[in-house]
Amino acid sequence: MTTTTPARPIENAYAAGQLPRWAPLVMLISSLATFVIIFLFVQAGRPASEFNIVGAVLFGVVLYAVVLTTVSRLVEGHRRATDRLVTTLVALAFVIALLPLVSLLYTVVINGAARFDIDFFTLSLRNVVGEGGGALHAIIGTLEMTLAATLISVPIGLMTSIYLVEYGRGRLAQAITFFVDVMTGIPSIVAGLFAYSLIVMFFGPGVRVGIAGAVALSVLMIPVVVRSSEEMLRLVPNELREAAFALGVPKWLTVTKVVLPTSIAGITTGVMLSIARVIGETAPLLVAAGFTNNFNYSLFSDRMQSLPVFVYSSYISQGTDAQAYIDRAWAGALTLILIVMALNLLARIIAKIFAPKTGR
Amino acid sequence: MTSTAARRIRAKQRPGDRLFSGTALAAGALILAILAAVAAFLVIQGIPGIAADPEKTTLLEGTNFWAYVGPLVFGTLWSAALALLMAVPIAIGIALFISHYAPRPLAATLGYIIDLLAAVPSVVFGLWGGNVLAVGVQPFYAWLAENFSWIPFFAGPASGTGRTILTASIVLAVMVLPIITAICREVFLQTPVLHEEAALALGATRWEMIKIAVLPFGRAGIVSGAMLGLGRALGETMAVAMVLSASNVITFNVISSTNPSTIAANIALSFPEAYGLNVNVLIATGLILFAITLVVNTIARYIVNRRKEFSGAN
Repeated sequence: MTTTTPARPIENAYAAGQLPRWAPLVMLISSLATFVIIFLFVQAGRPASEFNIVGAVLFGVVLYAVVLTTVSRLVEGHRRATDRLVTTLVALAFVIALLPLVSLLYTVVINGAARFDIDFFTLSLRNVVGEGGGALHAIIGTLEMTLAATLISVPIGLMTSIYLVEYGRGRLAQAITFFVDVMTGIPSIVAGLFAYSLIVMFFGPGVRVGIAGAVALSVLMIPVVVRSSEEMLRLVPNELREAAFALGVPKWLTVTKVVLPTSIAGITTGVMLSIARVIGETAPLLVAAGFTNNFNYSLFSDRMQSLPVFVYSSYISQGTDAQAYIDRAWAGALTLILIVMALNLLARIIAKIFAPKTGR
Repeated sequence: MTSTAARRIRAKQRPGDRLFSGTALAAGALILAILAAVAAFLVIQGIPGIAADPEKTTLLEGTNFWAYVGPLVFGTLWSAALALLMAVPIAIGIALFISHYAPRPLAATLGYIIDLLAAVPSVVFGLWGGNVLAVGVQPFYAWLAENFSWIPFFAGPASGTGRTILTASIVLAVMVLPIITAICREVFLQTPVLHEEAALALGATRWEMIKIAVLPFGRAGIVSGAMLGLGRALGETMAVAMVLSASNVITFNVISSTNPSTIAANIALSFPEAYGLNVNVLIATGLILFAITLVVNTIARYIVNRRKEFSGAN
């Protein structure tokens, strides 16, 4: 045996001065574990208190960020340390955004399940004080008003997008594009006030009717329909139009027989997404259509209840048996979320199945 | 070009063509008319409210219209500003996460999850904010009031219910998050790949690459996304109406039980019982809200459209 000890070869010269791949994960787990243990001791010290999982995770993540940055700064230098810190923060931002979503969906499902029963979908709130009753009148109102709004907005929105894509040139088209964008930003309650002022001209002061709600919803819906349809029409390849023109087909027939059928799936998707957007609108309906506890099938007389307003009024004006009102509000919220999610999902499926073949 | 350029051949005008293009034009013009009508009706119905006699209008409680609307405007701007303060950094983080950090196959799904937030109806956010969030953050407010009451914003005394303007702003922040994220994400994805690769080739770390290539390129997008979010936050009604316990005051204290209301929430809460001139007063406040959001959105759209021309992304 000689006494010479050969210099230990560097295993990977390119990885020198770098933290191993597993280091961040180990640090994360150990910092979380540290604070879980600390909080367990705190809880043991105060028997009445509950285990504070949110606090433990929060402090654990902060510790992780500090440890990772410090170690990385010592091993890898400050530039990589900053890089790692930012990576942590960016990932954290995403997790923070998920928290309200998860919490919201969880509470809506848990609390909504209490009254999510047959009665809820078969009864109205007529003469109901306290427990019982249902939201059928609100569901009918929502369906009628949303349908009416769709009937108003889709023709206007679709024709406008056809104008913008197929005919519009110059200042008018520019102005329409710009004001459609501006219209997207109209606060929903302002749309409600507009519909109210409009209807007051015909029906007299203080009147709330379903059609006013539909008008308010269409003010919100039209710009969404225009934007999505416009996008879809622009996706139609120009070669199709040129081929039709070359065969001597008039322009209006080219649009109705070639362009529209090609893009109809995308347009349908856009319309469904716009329905999903307005079906949850509360403020304009509260202002323009009012609220009621009775069935009302007529859009043109008397107040009309809708599901979002049902949720709102159950929550705001809780009666003697407050829990019954709160339960109904949660059940309404659950129904609303299910409807919106179903519409969204359906729209995405349609878009996926019938997506135009772009040839790439 | 030579001077012998052929005269443009005009297509034969058929009745069907005229009818169809006429209808399309009419629909486009109708949209301009609707927007004009919204403004006109609000002005017509609002002016009697602005000029209303304070003694005869119960809502004004003896003060004039401007004294009534002042705290509301303050509350609207203040809550929206707080919401943006919270939402913008997080939205930029999420957008970066989706565009530059998350594994490519996952990115679309993650984007969809954030879009889910936008699909939740505002009334559900209100219900959640009032019943869950307000209760959850109340101990935190109490702690703030105990330890940080020397900061004017947390002067306290902390609200017992947690229904303060800070809670309302948190809900607003969650609601505008998907809008800002969507725009930032789109702009970040449009960063020229050559810029990014050049930065990386010079030895920049990922964050340095983002700092010198992505963020300067996306600055206009971030600003306009924030402005669009601001427009939404200003006009949001239900989240505030259902979360906030409001009184007509101006205060910067964000955790006490006396909070300024916002224009939209005030309309929602007062309109169902309003009669006579009170209705006009509320419509006049709505007109002011309309004007504010119109200005904000116009500026935002102007920035977006100006950027479109030189980005080469389209």
